[in-house]
Amino acid sequence: MSKYTVNLKINEIPISVEEGTTILKAAKELDFRVPTLCYHEDLCVAGNCRVCVVEQTGSKALVAACAVPVSEGMEIHTNSAKVRSARKHIIELLLSEHNSDCTKCYKNGNCELQSLAHEYRVGDHVFADLVTGKHTIDNYSPSIIKDDSKCIRCQRCVRTCTELQSVSALAVAYKGDKQKISTFLDHPLVEVVCTNCGQCINRCPVGALIEKTYLEQVWDAINDPTKHTVVQTAPAVRVAIGEELGYDPGNRLTGKMVGALKRLGFDSVLDTDFTADLTIMEEGTELLSRLKRALVDKDPDVRIPMTTSCSPGWIKFIEHTFPEYLPNVSTCKSPQQMFGALAKTYYARKKGLKAQDIVSISIMPCTAKKYEADRPEMRSSGYKDVDYVLTTRELGDMIKQAGINFKNLPETNYDSIMGDSTGAGVIFGATGGVMEAALRTAYEIVTGREVPFDNINILPVRGMEGIREAKVKLEGCLAEWSFLEGVEVSCAIAHGLANARRLMNAVKSGKVNYHFIEVMACPGGCLGGGGQPIPTSKEIRDKRASAIYQEDENMQIRKSHENPEVKQIYEEFLGAPNGHKSHDLLHTHYTARNKY
Amino acid sequence: MQLRVALRNCGFIDPESIDDAIARDAYAALAKVLVELKPAEAIEILKESGLRGRGGGGFPTGLKWEIASKNEADQKYVVCNADEGDPGAFMDRSILEGDPHTVLEAMAINGYCIGASKGLIYIRAEYPLAIERLKIAIRQAREYGLLGKDIFGSGFDFDIELRYGAGAFVCGEETALIHSMEGERGEPTFKPPFPAESGFLGKPTNVNNVESYANIPVIYLKGADWFHSIGTGKSKGTKVFALAGKINNVGLIEVPMGTTLREVIFEIGGGIIDGKKFKAVQTGGPSGGCLTEKHLDIPIDYDNLIESGSMMGSGGMIVMDEDDCMVSMAKFYLDFTVEESCGKCSPCRIGNKRLYEMLDTITKGKGSLEDLDRLRNLCEVVKDTSLCGLGQTSPNPILSTMDNFHEEYIAHLSDKRCPSGQCKDLMNYVIDPENCVGCTACGRVCPVGAITGEKKEIHSIDTAICIKCGACEEKCKFNAISVK
Repeated sequence: MSKYTVNLKINEIPISVEEGTTILKAAKELDFRVPTLCYHEDLCVAGNCRVCVVEQTGSKALVAACAVPVSEGMEIHTNSAKVRSARKHIIELLLSEHNSDCTKCYKNGNCELQSLAHEYRVGDHVFADLVTGKHTIDNYSPSIIKDDSKCIRCQRCVRTCTELQSVSALAVAYKGDKQKISTFLDHPLVEVVCTNCGQCINRCPVGALIEKTYLEQVWDAINDPTKHTVVQTAPAVRVAIGEELGYDPGNRLTGKMVGALKRLGFDSVLDTDFTADLTIMEEGTELLSRLKRALVDKDPDVRIPMTTSCSPGWIKFIEHTFPEYLPNVSTCKSPQQMFGALAKTYYARKKGLKAQDIVSISIMPCTAKKYEADRPEMRSSGYKDVDYVLTTRELGDMIKQAGINFKNLPETNYDSIMGDSTGAGVIFGATGGVMEAALRTAYEIVTGREVPFDNINILPVRGMEGIREAKVKLEGCLAEWSFLEGVEVSCAIAHGLANARRLMNAVKSGKVNYHFIEVMACPGGCLGGGGQPIPTSKEIRDKRASAIYQEDENMQIRKSHENPEVKQIYEEFLGAPNGHKSHDLLHTHYTARNKY
Repeated sequence: MQLRVALRNCGFIDPESIDDAIARDAYAALAKVLVELKPAEAIEILKESGLRGRGGGGFPTGLKWEIASKNEADQKYVVCNADEGDPGAFMDRSILEGDPHTVLEAMAINGYCIGASKGLIYIRAEYPLAIERLKIAIRQAREYGLLGKDIFGSGFDFDIELRYGAGAFVCGEETALIHSMEGERGEPTFKPPFPAESGFLGKPTNVNNVESYANIPVIYLKGADWFHSIGTGKSKGTKVFALAGKINNVGLIEVPMGTTLREVIFEIGGGIIDGKKFKAVQTGGPSGGCLTEKHLDIPIDYDNLIESGSMMGSGGMIVMDEDDCMVSMAKFYLDFTVEESCGKCSPCRIGNKRLYEMLDTITKGKGSLEDLDRLRNLCEVVKDTSLCGLGQTSPNPILSTMDNFHEEYIAHLSDKRCPSGQCKDLMNYVIDPENCVGCTACGRVCPVGAITGEKKEIHSIDTAICIKCGACEEKCKFNAISVK
């Protein structure tokens, strides 16, 4: 449909915008900010908080700027006396049903309602305070705390859970003043289809949905002289931690982050990228072996397409939603859990430490990783493989608590062993990254040559399209892999669970055929994870993604199989990929769960 | 004085017999429209008639159809809104129970005019008899070929299904109604897009109320001019009202637009019970306002009611006499909206609750005069900022009682007195020593032992214990107990 230009006036200033533009966006073009609460650019417009109301000349009622499109000749006032009075009233009303215990709130200082209350100088409460003891706090999940006393019912979380993630663990229940955001039969989040992805946390304007924090436990471990603390940092943390510490989005701060972790007192600062590379070795080998079983052995039990298994949100989703596809999931543990299993075995042995003296901590862009670390499957070292998982946000808090001047920190290198990484490991943090890293290695194993893409950047798998496809033809295979000669490896990538559901439904319907599927639960992949700095938007995620790809380009080694420490661990400890020891420590299986 | 158009067949036919209905011209209008008229011509007739939506909004029905007819789509829907939810209103129920075929016929005409082959009736599950009769009517109409394929050989196909609501008031709002029919939560969404553009399952949908539909077949049979000749300037035809409250003749009435409140209440309604003094009448249900003595001679139509600070609504009329407290009346309606708000938008969910709390404070004698300004300001904000019609009108009962009965609010606030003696917290039962003979009857009936006094001596009531049940006052034969 062709777009027409619409002429209107906002605060007496004429402007022409494309037909269909909302008043909110038109005002933004003129640099008038209209405050919002329920609006989020990643989500459909709900228009329910009414904070964004503006006055339209000729209309008695005020209109919601986020929801109403511009029309020809419209005259809008974003700051009239009527608008200000209405807005202040609405903020006061929201506060009257909000537990305004701000100083004790986890979101203190990063709360959109608090900012608005400050901006409008809301004084003594004009209205009675509704918040009584009737609200429940659901803190049973190891990942997410849901505190209804803070909830302002903007439904951003519901839209996130339904639209972006198609999980629908959160829904609106009851009506009138009893309306609340609830789960199936009001069960705790840990008992329903919640994938712990934490996308709701990223979009909650207040402190109603927050991550469960393990900061104090980690400080205790650091301060315990009998414990050896090992910390691993996920790929996506290094390009986002800056946002917690006063940087703009998209800054690569790996060296400073490592320096900060050392100053915080961790005994050893290591890299999840190392086990990302190891994942490629294990998962690549698994894929090739599945292809061999399918193409050469004609094994009817082998399941193709194989899907990735690094995203714990995706794992929980498939357990609930597509349990019949669990055999398609790679048996590889996620890099975090591979790292945990090796920290208390291989690392302990190399360093002459006892496993029980090691406290294994991970810094993750993710809340689902907290749940993953708690899984019974994740104790193959004989102990809890990863003791505590902190989000990027929690690391930001630690750095602030310790009074570290982050900006002035020197660049520091990761410790050894398990601190070496490659560009392939880094791009695990972006959607398509696992696929790209796997193709770089698998192609070279099979053909003896580098992937045929400029500077080994496999651009077709990159980007922010919800579902992407790529095909790589295998030609000139080495003798050992001759059965793959001429095979066009067909891959698909999905990020955000709504896209994952679409992709899996297409697979289920038989309309599409792939060999390998990468799924990351969060929009943009880990860089848009539920543990990343708030706020989030497509623009911010794009910046983090380009930082990740810059990081890759700047690495000396960019292929997982060339990681020297990866080679070393196979020689010294694991034997061969998918070998016996790998299977004990690095692989697992998941189980079907309920549908609600 | 009454003129039955929408209710023309109710009580005159066996609602379970299509032959009875046909004997009184049912489906004749459909035949005429299908055989003689093009959709645009039929819409033009409806526009000329001046019919406006009877569900409350008063939007011109013909214009609504025209808009829906112009939106191109592979599938369109016609929806009958039978989610009657105003307290005390039962106009739609009576039509559905008494003359279901007129609604089916009008929906089929609607389908033909806008190009829809499917009709849905959204009816609350609390109307089991209406549902039963609709089912029978639909079955009979299908048997007679009046619903289904190629109706009257015109090539036009149309069929109707029922959808049940759970009786949420907000589902009378058309976007909420559509969401409820889709199996979603019955919450409104902002307009645009209007249902005529994107409604049920994202397709163009025309939603009309039961009473609006009941008028339509007659318009085609008797002509737009006939319909247009009834009523006032911009309000044509008749309106059904549900008379309730302190009135001698309660029940449904149907009068031409322009009839005065005085005619309705004192002639048709037979005046106030026990000859008490008329105080006010609430029209428009929880969204409307109260009208008083000074409004009695205003001709009732859409525009006059709005100008007087109330609205037509779906046709509820609750009459109040001198014993009714207007602050309590407003509180009653707010209690209803607090319960019935879907909770989606903040001004309606929280604002109405706060308004209720403020009124509650006033009726308990705990308010101050400053509350009046706060009350009015919040009313305006809830009206101006709410997402749908429910919140945009819910403060009306407060605003109109504040305008018409300002002195009652003042009495509650500054004198801590309820002039009608309705607010329990503001009244005390006292024994008049002049009249008390010491018969002990009151003491024996008091359930909490608040009354003391020896035989043949003057009794007294301990106000700290008294629960203000009024049993003593009823029992006393000597008029010695009264409310002060």
